[in-house]
Amino acid sequence: MSDTHAQTVAYVRDTMLDQQDPPLNQTGAVKWIRENLFSGWLNILLTLLSLWVIYAALSHLLPWALRGIWDASNLSQCREIIAELYGPDKPAACWAVLAERWPQLIFGFYPKELYWRPILAFLIFLAAVAPVLFSSVPRKMLWVSALAPFVLFWLIWGGSLWGPIAAILGFVIGWAILTFAAPKIGNLISVILAIVVPVIYWLTLCGPLAGALASVVPLSLQTVPTQNMGGFMLATIIGVSGIVLSLPLGILLALGRQSDMFIINKFSVAFIEIIRGVPLIVWLFTASLLLNYFLPPGTNFDLMLRVIIMVTLFSAAYIAEVVRGGLAALPKGQYEAADALGLDYWKSMRLIILPQALKISIPGIVNTFIGLFKDTTLVVFIGLLDPIGLSNSIRATTDWNGVYWELFVFIGLCFFIFCFSMGRYSLFLEKKLRREHR
Amino acid sequence: MATISDPPERGFRLSQLIFDTRYRSMTIQVVAMILIGLLLSWLISNTIHNLEALGKDFDFGFLSQPAGYDINQQLIDYNNQMTHGRAALVGILNTLLVAVLGCALATVLGVVAGVLRLSNNWIVSRLTAVYVEGFRNVPLLLWIVLIFALMTESMPTPRDFRGEDGSSMILGESVAITNRGVYIPNVVFSRSLGGNEVAAPEPEAPAAAAATTNMAGTYGASRIATGGAGVQTGQTDSAATTGAAEGSGAEGGEVIPTSSGWDWLLILAVLIAGSIGAKVLGKRATRIQEATGKRPTTLPLQIASVLVPLIVVLVLLGASLDKPELGGFNFDGGVHLRNSLIALWLALSLYTGAFIAEIVRGGILAISKGQTEAAYALGLRPGTTMNLVILPQALRVIIPPLISQFLNLTKNSSLAIAVGYMDVRSTLGGITINQTGRELEGMLLLGLFYLVLSLLISGVMNVYNSSVKLKER
Amino acid sequence: MKKTVTLGALTVAALAAGAAGAATLDDVKARGELKCGVSTGLAGFSAPDANNVWQGFDVAYCRALAAAVLGDPMKVAFTQTTGQTRFTALASGEIDVLARNTTWTFSRDVDLKFEFVGVNYYDGQGFIAPKSLGVASAKELDGATVCIQTGTTTELNLADFFRANNISYEPVPIETNAEAQQQYLAGACDVYTTDASGLAATRATFETPADHVILPEIISKEPLGPLVRHGDNEWGDIARWTLNALIAAEEYGVTSANIAELSSAPTNNPEINRLLGTEGELGAMLGLDAEWAKRAIMAGGNYGEIFEKNIGEATPIGLSRGLNAQWTEGGLLYSPPFR
Repeated sequence: MSDTHAQTVAYVRDTMLDQQDPPLNQTGAVKWIRENLFSGWLNILLTLLSLWVIYAALSHLLPWALRGIWDASNLSQCREIIAELYGPDKPAACWAVLAERWPQLIFGFYPKELYWRPILAFLIFLAAVAPVLFSSVPRKMLWVSALAPFVLFWLIWGGSLWGPIAAILGFVIGWAILTFAAPKIGNLISVILAIVVPVIYWLTLCGPLAGALASVVPLSLQTVPTQNMGGFMLATIIGVSGIVLSLPLGILLALGRQSDMFIINKFSVAFIEIIRGVPLIVWLFTASLLLNYFLPPGTNFDLMLRVIIMVTLFSAAYIAEVVRGGLAALPKGQYEAADALGLDYWKSMRLIILPQALKISIPGIVNTFIGLFKDTTLVVFIGLLDPIGLSNSIRATTDWNGVYWELFVFIGLCFFIFCFSMGRYSLFLEKKLRREHR
Repeated sequence: MATISDPPERGFRLSQLIFDTRYRSMTIQVVAMILIGLLLSWLISNTIHNLEALGKDFDFGFLSQPAGYDINQQLIDYNNQMTHGRAALVGILNTLLVAVLGCALATVLGVVAGVLRLSNNWIVSRLTAVYVEGFRNVPLLLWIVLIFALMTESMPTPRDFRGEDGSSMILGESVAITNRGVYIPNVVFSRSLGGNEVAAPEPEAPAAAAATTNMAGTYGASRIATGGAGVQTGQTDSAATTGAAEGSGAEGGEVIPTSSGWDWLLILAVLIAGSIGAKVLGKRATRIQEATGKRPTTLPLQIASVLVPLIVVLVLLGASLDKPELGGFNFDGGVHLRNSLIALWLALSLYTGAFIAEIVRGGILAISKGQTEAAYALGLRPGTTMNLVILPQALRVIIPPLISQFLNLTKNSSLAIAVGYMDVRSTLGGITINQTGRELEGMLLLGLFYLVLSLLISGVMNVYNSSVKLKER
Repeated sequence: MKKTVTLGALTVAALAAGAAGAATLDDVKARGELKCGVSTGLAGFSAPDANNVWQGFDVAYCRALAAAVLGDPMKVAFTQTTGQTRFTALASGEIDVLARNTTWTFSRDVDLKFEFVGVNYYDGQGFIAPKSLGVASAKELDGATVCIQTGTTTELNLADFFRANNISYEPVPIETNAEAQQQYLAGACDVYTTDASGLAATRATFETPADHVILPEIISKEPLGPLVRHGDNEWGDIARWTLNALIAAEEYGVTSANIAELSSAPTNNPEINRLLGTEGELGAMLGLDAEWAKRAIMAGGNYGEIFEKNIGEATPIGLSRGLNAQWTEGGLLYSPPFR
C-alpha cells in the first residue's frame, strides 16, 4: 500500500517517531491536580473551600498544641510559664495535666504498683479474642478464649485464684454430664441435668470449696475494689463484659424472634423492641435508681455490676438483631439440608446454622461493640468514673481547675484510635466475607 | 431423636408432651409462659415490698403539684408555679423540637457528605472522610460537650455588642450571633388574633415605664427558640396581663405587636390553600397542553396564588419584624435560639450525619455502574445523573438504615443534659424526680414516652418505606 | 419445671444473702471499710489527687468517721455521686453515709427519709458576677442570664428569689460545677449562682480573681451536712457525735498536735477527758471503744484544722470562717456537751 502511495504523495515518513513525553499538563502531579482538584468551577470552589477549612483548623490548633507545656505542677504555674515563654494572650496547651494525670485517665484509681495486672489482662484479652477475630490463628487457641474470662476477672479484681477455678469446675461438671451421661439417660434429661447440677453446685458447694482450697494453698492477689476502677479501663471492662455476656442472650433472643412458637416469638420481639426503643441513658438511670426496687429487699451489689447487667441486657437486644440478620442471610438450603439430615432443632442450630450465621455476624457484633464502647461515656451521669467523669474530677482539684481542652482532646484521641482501628477491622472482615461468598 | 420416627400411638400419654414434636412446642411455650409470669410477678412483688419498706407509694399525684423550677426554653406557656406535668410536657416538646430539627439537618449533611466522599476531587473526598471517621469514632457525648464549649468560647458575648468597636449584628442589624445563642427577628402582628395589649402612653412616666421594661424583660426571658416553625411565644399572656393591670386606665396608648398560635395557624392555612391553588393551576396547564399541545405560562400565576393571599393576610394582621435589640443584659425581642439548642442540634446532626453519609455512600455504591454509564450515554451531566438516576434508586437501599439512624438521633437527644438543654429527660427525668423523689413513676413515664416515640417513628417510616419499595409483579 | 422454680427461688435466696441488715455499724465493721458518698468533684470539698487519694473538707469528715469506727482513716471507699443519684445511693445502702455538700431541708429529712446528723458547713446561695458588668446587687439582675447547677436546691431558690423580687431572668442549667465555671468565664451567662463556698472556691481558680465580685445577697440558707438513712439510730448517733467531736475538739483546744499529750492522762478539763476517753464510758455507749473520738480527731485534726487545711484562708479556696466559727467567736458552730 505504502508503495502505491509513495508516488502520489509528496512526502511520507518511513520511520517511526521517537516516543515523546506527554505534554506537561497531561502527566504526573499537574495532571492529577488538574483532574482531581480543578476540573470545573464547582470543583475549584470545593477545593479552595477545603483548603481554607484545613488552614483555619490547623492554624488554630497547631500553634496551641505545639507550644504546649509538658512540665508544670498546676494550672497557674503552667500559665506563668506560657506567659514567660510566649508572652501574654498567646494560646498554648497545658499538656502538663496529662503528664501528671494520664495514669488516672487510663486506670482510674487502680493502685499504681498493680498496673501490671490490667495491662496483662488486656494482653490476655487480645490473645483470647484473636482466634475469634482472625481465622489464621490456630483453633486450639479457643481454649484460651474459654478460660480467659475467669483469668481476667481474677487479674483485675484480685482475690483468691480458687474462686474462679471453683466456678470453672461447675462448667466442667455440666460438660461431663452432657458427654458421658447423655448416652445412658437420654438427651433431654441430660440437658436438664447439665443445667441443674452446676447451678446447685455453684449455689452450695462452690463457695465452701473455694474457701477450703484457699485455706490449704493460699493463692491470691491483692483485692481491688470496684470503686477504684475508672478511666478507659472502666470503659473497656463495661464494654467488653457487656458484649461477651450479651452474646448468649442475644443469640437466644434472635432464635426466639425467628421461632414459630407464638409466645416465645412475641416475648422476644417485645423485649428487643422495648430495650431498643428507650435510650441507654434511661436504662443506666434505671440501673442506678431503680434496680434496687426490683430485687429482693436488702439486696445490694455495687453500681458497676448493676451497670454491667443493664448494659448486657441492652446490648443483647442489639446483638439479637445482628444475629437475626446473620440467620436471615443464610441460604434457605442450609436449613433444609439440616432438616433433611434428620437433625433436631438444637442440633441443626448448633452444628449447621449458628456457626455460619455467627461468622457472618462478626462485623456487626464488632460494630455493636464500638457503639457500646462509645456509649460507656454515659455512665458519667450516674457517677461512675469513666474518662469524662475523671476529667470532671481532675478539673475539680484546686491544681487543675479550669483546664479544659487538653483533657478532652486526649480522651477524644484515645477513643478515636480505639474505635477507628476496630472499625477498620470490621471493614476488612466484611470485605473478606464478601469475597468468600462469591 | 428416635422418638420422632416412631409411629404415633393411639391415646394421649403424658410423655407425649415432651417427646412428641406435635405437642412439644406447646409444652415449651407453656413452660416459658409460666417462667415469664413468675419472673414478672417476682419483680413486681419485690417492688411492692421495697416500696413498703421505704414508706413510698406508687402514685402519679406528683404530676399535679407545682414544679417550682424554671425552664428557659418553652414552646408552650409555662412558669414555675405550674405543675410537674406541665413541665414534663414542655420537656417533651423540646425533645421533639431538637429531634425534628436534628433529623432534618442530619439528612442534609449526611447526603452531602456521602456524595462528596465519592467525589473525584481528592482533597474534598479526604476531608469528608476525616469528618465521617472523626465523628463516627468519638463518643457523641464528647462532641456535644466540645461543640458547646467551642460555641461559648469563640462567639462574642452580648456585652461585646456595646460600643462602637465591638461586634456588630449581621444582616442589616437584625441577627445577633452571641455566645448565648443566636437572636433572629420575630414576626409580630399589631392586630393579632390572640388579642393585643395596649401599652401605657409615654407621659405617665415612672411606674408605667417600669411596667413596660419589666414586661419587656419577662418577654425576653421567656422568649422561645422556635426553629423556623412558628410556635406561640411563651409567657406573653401573663406578661401582657401584668402590663395591662399596671397600665390600666391608660387607654389609647400604643398597641404592642405580638404573635399568637392562632396567627401562625391562619398563615399556615393560607399557605396551604395557596399552594393547592398553584397545583390546580398547574394541572389545568397540563390539561390544556395535552389538549392543544401548547402549555400556557402559569408560573407567575402560580407564584401569585401563593404570595398574594399571604401578603394580604400579613397586612391585615399588621405584621412587622420584631428585631432583637440590646437590652440590659441580653438582647430583647426577636427569637432567641439558645446555645444549648444549637449545640445539641449541631452535635446530633453532625454525629448522625456521619453515619448517614456512610449509608448514602453504601447506597450509591450499591447501584450498578451501568446506570451511571447509561445516564452519561444519554448525555446527562454528572449532577443531573446523580439527582435523577442514582439517588432515586439508591433511596430504596438507604431508607431502612436511615430510619434506624433517625431513631438513634431521637434517643440520643436524651444527652441534652450535658449542655443543659431542658428536654424531657432533664425536666421529668431529672429535676422533677430529684425534687419529688418519685424515681419509679418518673422513669416509667420517661421510658414509656421514648418507647412510644420510637415505635411511632419506625411505624411512620415503615409505611413510607413500603410506599417507595420497588413494586414487584 | 417445678425444679426450675425451686432453683429460681434458690437463686433469689443467694442474691438476698448479700442483704444489708438494719445495723449499719455491724456491716461497716464486718466489711472493714466505710462506704462514703462524695460529690463527683468540688474544689476543696472532695477531689482525688494525683496519687489517687481523695482530699477535701467532706472527705475529711468521712476519714474521721472511719477512724472512729474502724480505727483507720484510710479505710474509706469513696463512691462518687451526682446530684441526681446521691439520695438513691444512700437509700439503697450503697453508701453508709453521704457527705456531699447536701442541704438539710424539711422534705429531704422527712419525705425522702434521711437523717441529717448535723451541719458541717453553714452556707448560703450567692451570685458571682464580673466586675465589668457593673452590678452591685442581685436585685439589679433583671433580665440577666444566670448559670445554675441542675439537680440541686439552688434551682428552686433562684426561682423563688426572682419571683419574690418580681424580676425576670434566664436560667442556664449546667450539669457540673466545672462546666458551669467554664460557661461563666466565657460570658455565656452574666452571673453564676451556687453556694457561696462554691463561688469562693471557683473564683479562687480564675486567672484573674479580682475581676469578679461576689454579690452581697445571700438568697437562701444552705446548712450543709452529712446524712444517713432513717431508721438506724445507733449509726446516726455515731455519725452525729463524730461530727460533734470534731467541733467540740476545736472549742476545747484539742488539736492534732496536742492530742497525744492530752489523751495520755486525764487533764483538768473533765469535758476533754470524757471526749478523749480518759474518763467516763461515752465510747461504750456508742458501741465503740473509749478512744473513738481521739482517733477521729487525729485523722485530720479538729474542725478548725480541717477547715484551714482544705478550704481556709491559707488555701487557694480562701474561705473565711464567717458563720462557721465557733459560737464562742460569733459563729454558729455549737456542739452539744459531751457528758
